[in-house]
Amino acid sequence: MAKFRIAVHITPRKGLLDPQGNAVRDALHTLGFKAVRDVHVGRYIIVETDAYDALTAEDTVADMCAKLLANPVTEDFEIESAVPA
Amino acid sequence: MKFGIVTFPGSNCDYDAFQAVTDILGEEATYLWHKDHDLQGSEVIILPGGFSYGDYLRAGAIARFSPIMQEVAAHAKAGGPVLGICNGFQIACEAGLLPGALMRNLHLQFVSAEVRIRVENSDTMFTNLYDRGEILRMPVAHGDGRYVAPAGVLEELEAEGRIVFRYADANGSISADANPNGSERNIAGIISEGGNVLGMMPHPERACSALLGSSDGVRLLESILARVAA
Repeated sequence: MAKFRIAVHITPRKGLLDPQGNAVRDALHTLGFKAVRDVHVGRYIIVETDAYDALTAEDTVADMCAKLLANPVTEDFEIESAVPA
Repeated sequence: MKFGIVTFPGSNCDYDAFQAVTDILGEEATYLWHKDHDLQGSEVIILPGGFSYGDYLRAGAIARFSPIMQEVAAHAKAGGPVLGICNGFQIACEAGLLPGALMRNLHLQFVSAEVRIRVENSDTMFTNLYDRGEILRMPVAHGDGRYVAPAGVLEELEAEGRIVFRYADANGSISADANPNGSERNIAGIISEGGNVLGMMPHPERACSALLGSSDGVRLLESILARVAA
């Protein structure tokens, strides 16, 4: 067993209305960042876990996303490669 | 009839539900602690409003894994009545007892107000003492009340009469103005496929006395009584 660190990005499902992202986009426009097309606000989760290898660690985190970390109805998730912690 | 009211860390409408069941309805109620493993013979389960587990991660996401929720899920699966109010609705969705999810209000603000809802289906165990099309007044108090579901699920809910309440104006019109949170199709409450789990954002337990603004919630509790006792 080794210790790994896996980062997960959770974002509002593409195509779903994202009022929080829209509010930030509008604020950026107000600040003068007129070129901003779109903003999405999500969560960044860091999991430290023991696992036999990096692939196992990533698979386990994918399972965690499906069961708890992300809402399957409203959110998408993306798992970064596991790195030794 | 015995009502079991689940208390999670952060629940804050459990006392209101208890008072509505015992004082207004005149029935027995007991609190069920989130760490409990048995429903103590409760025939009706209420998942009350509040901010279970501080709404960490997502509203209702952590509460779903409480020991008591395993019992509540089994009770629901066996056809037992479950009423999820506000945070209870969020928990029921997270637990898969109801389809869809509740997202941040469209205007991003917490809304604490009295709203009107229209009874869309009066042939359920929760609404049989209302008339279809009747307009009820109840309070809402939530930051994450915008109901969303995939288009196919919404169509299914419509077709099966499972949209029980919709936000409406005084004339009964389903308008965007009457929608306090941007819910799809003005949905305020839905029931499960089996008809025994109701989730709703408005608070019937806080609309049980004319002195407090509305007593329109009383008949919801009485409906359960009428149907379950029958």
